[in-house]
Amino acid sequence: MTTLGHPEKTDSLDESSSVSDVPLRIKFKRPDKTARHIMQILDKEAVEEVREQREIPDIQPGYIVQLKVVVPENKRRLSTLKGIVIARRNAGLHTTFRMRRMVAGVGVESVFPLYSPNIKEMKVIDKRKVRRAKLYYLRDRMNALK
Amino acid sequence: MALLFSQPYPCPPPLSSSSSCCRRNTTTLLLSSSFLQPIRAHQLVAPLRKNAININMVVVSMSLEAGIGVMGTKLGMMTYFEPDGKVVPVTVVGFREGNIVTQVKSEATDGYNAVQVGYRRVRDKKLTKPELGHLNKIGAIPMRHLQEFRLVSVDGFLPNQRLSVDDLFKEGDLIDVSGTTIGKGFQGGIKRHNFKRGPMTHGSKSHRALGSIGAGTTPGRVYKGKKMPGRMGGTKTKIRKLKIVKVDNQLRVLMIKGALPGKPGNLLRITPAKIVGKNIPKN
Repeated sequence: MTTLGHPEKTDSLDESSSVSDVPLRIKFKRPDKTARHIMQILDKEAVEEVREQREIPDIQPGYIVQLKVVVPENKRRLSTLKGIVIARRNAGLHTTFRMRRMVAGVGVESVFPLYSPNIKEMKVIDKRKVRRAKLYYLRDRMNALK
Repeated sequence: MALLFSQPYPCPPPLSSSSSCCRRNTTTLLLSSSFLQPIRAHQLVAPLRKNAININMVVVSMSLEAGIGVMGTKLGMMTYFEPDGKVVPVTVVGFREGNIVTQVKSEATDGYNAVQVGYRRVRDKKLTKPELGHLNKIGAIPMRHLQEFRLVSVDGFLPNQRLSVDDLFKEGDLIDVSGTTIGKGFQGGIKRHNFKRGPMTHGSKSHRALGSIGAGTTPGRVYKGKKMPGRMGGTKTKIRKLKIVKVDNQLRVLMIKGALPGKPGNLLRITPAKIVGKNIPKN
């Protein structure tokens, strides 16, 4: 019952040590390093699982994207949103992007987890050339890249 | 005089406790000899079980566990997406080599029922001779941590038996997790006890100060247990009724909803959740 280290390796070492009387030195890894390793495996597996199910385009700041999102509050209706990606935060499975759009003349920003099952479809409509990673300056522009 | 006093003192408590144990037994079911003859007690396990619960209710009900638990290592936190799109923050708990029963304590031998579990394999030279001797007695591997789980009955537990996490915990189960919190050092009353802050401006001089700590001449002292600044964190805490979101059998990992004490690498004690009236008898 182990997660950290190599259980098979230690088991085999155990048997050999019981057979021969010379005790073999078992390598013990530092727990914090192995812990991080397992977290990375878990994260990568989860991301790959989502990527297998749905096609997720490479979303970068400056892209104008169209999303089909299920809104749980609104009786799980499918709504289509279109806006410009102004920021992306890379954090493995918890990667999010910030989308800005105009609703009735008012700017609306919303943050979506990239790998959320609520996003049914993602389409990149246009790619604007930008020179920043975070396009927060668009908040001060009236007509944001349109 | 000192010798006289010290000699009889260690003797009476076990004697008196065992006699009281027997007396309690006679009053409840008239099986006074069952504790003296462990073989007979084994034969009468089924009718005795109800009796054992009654005894434990009288003696200790606070530290009883709802079931056997395991020890684990905190690995970190991550996100888990439910199928309906809900984001659940989960803590990942891994298991190093161990979780082996090292000793089974019974009413007859130790006065209470408990299962001692060892966790985290280490090199022989990392342990002291008494620790090694205790583990070698049952032929277990050298392990760093030993903890006891006090149970109503210890039937079916054998020394050197491996506890499997997959069998003990299922997805959706509620568990209690205890561990050592992150030490925060010497902290003031606001952070440590959630006191209110004073006004920062308008001529106020009590910004983050404590305020009054009691009345004047009567009682003329500060009451014991008054909440004051001091060392915060680094203590054992138990977080109750956490839900198991996912069990990963390949990586041998539990995903538990919510935060757990300590940083990654912290030792955790995981037991089934205690729910009074359901798996813990009401007093």
